[in-house]
Amino acid sequence: MFGNLSDRLVDTFKNLRSKGKLSAADIDATLREIRRALLEADVALEVVKTFIAAVRERALGDEVSKALNPAQQVVQIVQEELVQILGGEQRRLQFAKNPPTVIMLAGLQGSGKTTLAGKLAKWLKDQGQTPMLVAADLQRPNAVNQLQVVGERVGVAVYAPEPGNGVGNPVSVAKDSIKEATKKQYSVVIVDTAGRLGIDEELMKQARDISKAIDPDETLFVIDSMIGQDAVNVAKAFEDGVGITGVVLTKLDGDARGGAALSVAQVTGRPIIFASTGEAMDAFEPFYPDRMASRILDMGDILTLIEQTQKTFDEEQAKQMAEKMARDAFTLEDFLEQMNQIKKMGSIKNMLGMMPGANKLKSQLDNFDEKEITRTEAIILSMTPAERRDPKILNGSRRLRIAKGSGMTVTDVNSLVNRFEQAAKMMKMVAKGGNPGLPGMPAGMGGAPSKQKAQSKKKSKSGNPAKRAAEQAGIITPKPDSSGSAFGLK
Amino acid sequence: MFWRKKPKADQPSGASAEVIELPKRSLGKSIKSVFSRIKFDLEDLTTLEDVLIQSDFGVDAAATIVADLTSRAKRAGVSTEGELKNLLSQLLVEKLNRDDSALNLDSEVSPHVVLVVGVNGAGKTTTIGKLANYLVSGGAKVTLGAADTFRAAAVDQLATWAERSSSVIVKPKTEGQDPASVAFETIETALGNESDIVIVDTAGRLQNKQGLMDELGKIRRIIEKQLPVSEVLLVLDATTGQNALAQAKAFTEVANVTGLVLTKLDGSAKGGIVFAIQQELDIPVKLIGVGEGIDDFGFFDAQDFVSGLLGEV
Repeated sequence: MFGNLSDRLVDTFKNLRSKGKLSAADIDATLREIRRALLEADVALEVVKTFIAAVRERALGDEVSKALNPAQQVVQIVQEELVQILGGEQRRLQFAKNPPTVIMLAGLQGSGKTTLAGKLAKWLKDQGQTPMLVAADLQRPNAVNQLQVVGERVGVAVYAPEPGNGVGNPVSVAKDSIKEATKKQYSVVIVDTAGRLGIDEELMKQARDISKAIDPDETLFVIDSMIGQDAVNVAKAFEDGVGITGVVLTKLDGDARGGAALSVAQVTGRPIIFASTGEAMDAFEPFYPDRMASRILDMGDILTLIEQTQKTFDEEQAKQMAEKMARDAFTLEDFLEQMNQIKKMGSIKNMLGMMPGANKLKSQLDNFDEKEITRTEAIILSMTPAERRDPKILNGSRRLRIAKGSGMTVTDVNSLVNRFEQAAKMMKMVAKGGNPGLPGMPAGMGGAPSKQKAQSKKKSKSGNPAKRAAEQAGIITPKPDSSGSAFGLK
Repeated sequence: MFWRKKPKADQPSGASAEVIELPKRSLGKSIKSVFSRIKFDLEDLTTLEDVLIQSDFGVDAAATIVADLTSRAKRAGVSTEGELKNLLSQLLVEKLNRDDSALNLDSEVSPHVVLVVGVNGAGKTTTIGKLANYLVSGGAKVTLGAADTFRAAAVDQLATWAERSSSVIVKPKTEGQDPASVAFETIETALGNESDIVIVDTAGRLQNKQGLMDELGKIRRIIEKQLPVSEVLLVLDATTGQNALAQAKAFTEVANVTGLVLTKLDGSAKGGIVFAIQQELDIPVKLIGVGEGIDDFGFFDAQDFVSGLLGEV
């Protein structure tokens, strides 16, 4: 039942192939699948509803209808909106001006507070802080004991004046711990509290009392990434009950998609600061909103999907391009348009780089030099529209102006213009019925290392001539494993 | 709810073992109702579908229930709010109700072995403490096996429960001892001290950790070399969302789960995922946990559970 989003989206998108433009109904069909995916990932229903409404509004706007690949654009909007809710940029832990910095942990039973306390302490210690753990969970049997063992494992002091198991007052333990930390000059105090239900008035009051007694710099709400729809209620209860400043998501090493992260971030407006990812004491890392967005959407599959849809849409455009070529109307503007398409692959490369387990793909994508595209783009954008439409008018002074405008040299400009002319000539030939093939040429236009070499390799290859021409023109996104820069600019 | 007491040594052979009935406990009432918000209109049951989704039933199960309710209502020709609510209640009870929801402790085997498994923080140790206390107060001799040798102080936590419930506990001899060997020693001890019931605690493990799941299979196999396992209880946190289904699947695969324990039902979560689990895996819910106190648990009753959900109590 998991991981089906992409399959369903591919089905949805299949029907769109011939259109190239999305209607409101198409967008709704796509959004229905995304809604379902979010619910299967345990994002709370009310959050899903708000989210889908926001995405729909953007998707119906200009942004998508003007996009080269509208379907992909919808998915991209979804990703962007997810990242936005999840906190956009990462937030760091806030430290007090005058130590000790006081961090209070709160959450439901079994969310992983005590284990997290140990991990957080170790992480802080590794950063040069001198943390102290405080055993203020006096309720669960042997929670105090557990914290002591955890403290010992990570080599951090534990303040545990009470035995726990129902004995002792957590508010006074917490209060005294601050004095103790000040006296012994610990830089950070981490207060572990008992697990409590959001609807347990009495225990929520106790949490409030602890908070008042220690005035924490950070109150971290610890939540299990496997939690379901109830995440919203729980988050609200803790936000209202103790006031939280940040969220920690635990057990992310499991296979739950962790939609709760979205619910909590949306409902409380508090950033998710850390992710806990295993049982070892160092399985702890800052939270990455973009990674989480990918995980909630099952982005691994979505990426394949984007590539697939991109390919289908490009085929569509390839036909148009081929027609243009046949009319001898292929210009540098078209060239730029193709490049923008390929540039999107660049953002995919970034996304992949941030996803664990995608190293293989990443190394393939590394062949793709984004900067080269940027440089080529800069040169073309420094031309006037008239120049882009007809490069023949590019005389010496125009070329010098373009070189200065784009921060490149005249040689770079010359080389680009040459490659363009060469490619345009070739494509014209192909489009007019010739079939030169040129298998030695890299997928990108102008990839031919030299005229002679390219021409010497005239060899027929079967297939749709228009499509082949388009491939050679670099319209179809180069396969990640094709060697060299897509534009032969290396 | 019954359990069969171990025949005494001085009893004449062939005499039937004493069967003790345990008092019925159910705590469906503690489940907070969300269903009061539903608009029961046969033409538009979207609020029902929404509430089901919000109760973690899952998108598919929610849709199925709404479709079933609609077709049944049309067949029966009912449409008033009260009738629809009744029909829904029946439908939900049917989906959960089964005749094997009692703990399987009345077979001839003795001692009965109960293996408790689940992900981290689901409430395994607490459940064992409560169950042990309940069985001991019913006259059983109970031995607990602390085979969670991984989590810091888990053994001590179980020891506290053993003390509270007057059960015997078998602890690992060394820190980090192989849990399967602790389980083995527990069974040995239980056979020696003539226990009626053995409950083995295991470390919490996420179901996608293959190594840890294999370890669980090993624990079960080691126990079975000495005694058949009467029950393998999977403890599920009621706040868990759709991942609970993946948990149930994975644990069933390695440890052949025979029953579910739904914990933390005293919170605001509804545990609707049990419907999907029931439908897909056909495993009965046997126990529920409703708090941290020693008496905060009960045997699962479909009617009570559904009544609680629908706010009929």
